[in-house]
Amino acid sequence: MKPARDVGIVGYGAYVPRYRLPASEVSRVWMEGRAALPVEEKSVPGLDEDTVTMAIEAARNALARGGVAPEALRAVWVGSESHPYAVKPTSTIVAEAIGATPQVSAADWEFACKAGTEALQAAIAFVGSGMADYAMAIGMDTAQARPGDALEYTAAAGGAAYIVGPREESLAYLEGSYSSVTDTPDFFRRPYQHYPEHGGRFTGRPSYFKHTTSAVRALLDELGYTPGDFAAAVFHQPNIKFPQRVAQMLGFSKEQIQAGMLVPKVGNTYAGSSLLGLTAILDEAKPGDRVLLASFGSGAGSDAFSFVVTDLIKERQALAPRTQAYVARRKPIDYASYIRYRKKLQIH
Amino acid sequence: MRDVSIIGIGQTKVGEHWHRSLRDLAVDAISAALKDAKVERVGALYVGNMLSGELTAQEHLGALLADWAGLGSIEAVKVEAACASGAAAVRLGYIGVASGIQDFVLVCGVEKMTDADAETTTAAWSAAVDADYEASHGPSFAAINALLMRRYMYEFGVQRQDFAPFAVNAHQNGVNNPCAMFRSPISAEAFEKARMIADPISLLDAAPICDGAAAVVLCPSDRAREFVGKPVRIRGSAMATDRLALHSRSDPLCLHAAQVSAQKAYQQAGVGPHDINALELHDAFTVMAALSLEACGFAERGKGVRLAQEGEITLQGRIPISTMGGLKARGHPVGATGVYQIVELVEQLRGEAGANQIDCRLGMAQSIGGSGATAITHILEAQEER
Repeated sequence: MKPARDVGIVGYGAYVPRYRLPASEVSRVWMEGRAALPVEEKSVPGLDEDTVTMAIEAARNALARGGVAPEALRAVWVGSESHPYAVKPTSTIVAEAIGATPQVSAADWEFACKAGTEALQAAIAFVGSGMADYAMAIGMDTAQARPGDALEYTAAAGGAAYIVGPREESLAYLEGSYSSVTDTPDFFRRPYQHYPEHGGRFTGRPSYFKHTTSAVRALLDELGYTPGDFAAAVFHQPNIKFPQRVAQMLGFSKEQIQAGMLVPKVGNTYAGSSLLGLTAILDEAKPGDRVLLASFGSGAGSDAFSFVVTDLIKERQALAPRTQAYVARRKPIDYASYIRYRKKLQIH
Repeated sequence: MRDVSIIGIGQTKVGEHWHRSLRDLAVDAISAALKDAKVERVGALYVGNMLSGELTAQEHLGALLADWAGLGSIEAVKVEAACASGAAAVRLGYIGVASGIQDFVLVCGVEKMTDADAETTTAAWSAAVDADYEASHGPSFAAINALLMRRYMYEFGVQRQDFAPFAVNAHQNGVNNPCAMFRSPISAEAFEKARMIADPISLLDAAPICDGAAAVVLCPSDRAREFVGKPVRIRGSAMATDRLALHSRSDPLCLHAAQVSAQKAYQQAGVGPHDINALELHDAFTVMAALSLEACGFAERGKGVRLAQEGEITLQGRIPISTMGGLKARGHPVGATGVYQIVELVEQLRGEAGANQIDCRLGMAQSIGGSGATAITHILEAQEER
């Protein structure tokens, strides 16, 4: 899919909270230290953080890099699985906090871990149709996992904001995108449930791998590219193994996915995952680099995008904190503090 | 009593069949078996299955599959004997034809284990042990077998690593079976490093959770050649039970039911262990394979592991086991397994085992329910021309 008008990423910004829970801590409490660890550690939001606060900081970083006046944004769209309200948009709070209101479209997006890239597709269309010059898409989450569940090792917090604008102003322009979706209930949460349910091994081959590979292969086919045409690629990162395996299945090398692989040290930031990985790639990218972004959201589907980095990247990278700086800014906590911060401790 | 022959076989690949339901898998196997037998109508259907109620909310499989496979208003019933359900279905099909009450019988073993999460499936499998006196204390089915393995190691001076040849052999044979779930070899080093499930049982000691269906068509031996060129006669069919709970058995390290059913089958067939060319034994766990070899008279008590270490269980050995991958590598869709064992022996006896073909005139299959409380043994031979 290509929009009627050429568009691209004008600004980008990341956010990762500072607390880290080592996977070995989860294993210590639940498995006497004997579990296989799917990541090294995961990020944990502090007591006063949520998807709103984190989205605001990422949005400010994106505005700083983009050099765009907030009132020029015509959309602020936040995709998440952890919107603080079931009814009352995260996006309006973020839009107001960054100064984008009142002439702005603001609504929340949900498609599990690909809510952010859904918002990105829409932002591309908004600007690409000529309805707006700038639109902001954010993928951000404070993922919750049931204590003792396999997902507790990886459910993390963080994400990224992107300002889509005209190609001439972009640090990376869009070549095309593709969305592939089926009705596949691999992971879901009813409104009355606090924690999601997942289908165990069903979340693998028929879910993550099927949808990611279909979207990417369709995109490459449409654009006439092979994996060798890309300097870097980033996939949704629920753990270390899945993105490595899908990269291999598609023909991408370990080197190509290296810059975007944040999951070992940050965990799975759900709707923020692939978008956050892309910010790390952009932080080191060179003009002319072609980059593949392919998300995965349970339910299920994948959005794939091909971007090419422009000359404008050099002057924009340092205008906001780099993603690796957020990763390095870490304060390890133990399981008890994590339970307290994530409000899993019931006071009777 | 009439002789009974197998005139048709069918099987699905064993694996995680996300897109196939229990009834889909069963109909696939049934259709293949009927086609192989060149038979369109049967008089009865026996369905081997253990977990359909718990995992897919479906009992009444006899009627369901007779309906879904378009078999008409024939008599049909589900047969359950825990992990030996498939073999129990074969046993009842055999009795039906041997008795003269039924002529053409379809036996289908089917299990769909992946429609529930691993914890639910593991818990459901515990119904194979004593619910009140074993499962209620918390051990999983693997844990019960781990007690056996631990005792075996203690009494016979065997290390965990010594069980590796069972897993290595199974995987080696799975490589050449297109229907096997696992088709890559494993090394003894991988066995040593494998993750524990219930110490000392590791991931590579234990058969996988999986889906699959297999079916056979039985008929009186004297009519078999009207339908197919290479019928296989059932020379021996015997079942025995033992006390259900492991702790109730006078000697847990002797699979008494397996020993009794093997002896009865040998007696019926007029043969002994030295006559058997291939043994499809119940390698749900490596310790079960060792104990089965001992119960069937291929090794003395406590020497089953040694037999494997000496290479006698490979395709080139004195008593090839798990010739198409066994429960470990072909897979163990619980209620279907007993029928897969028969199907694979028929392939060997017909000369249709491909790269795993051995010189096979007499084959033996033994299926065990729970930790040894049910054992069902069949001895098959390639039917000579009259």
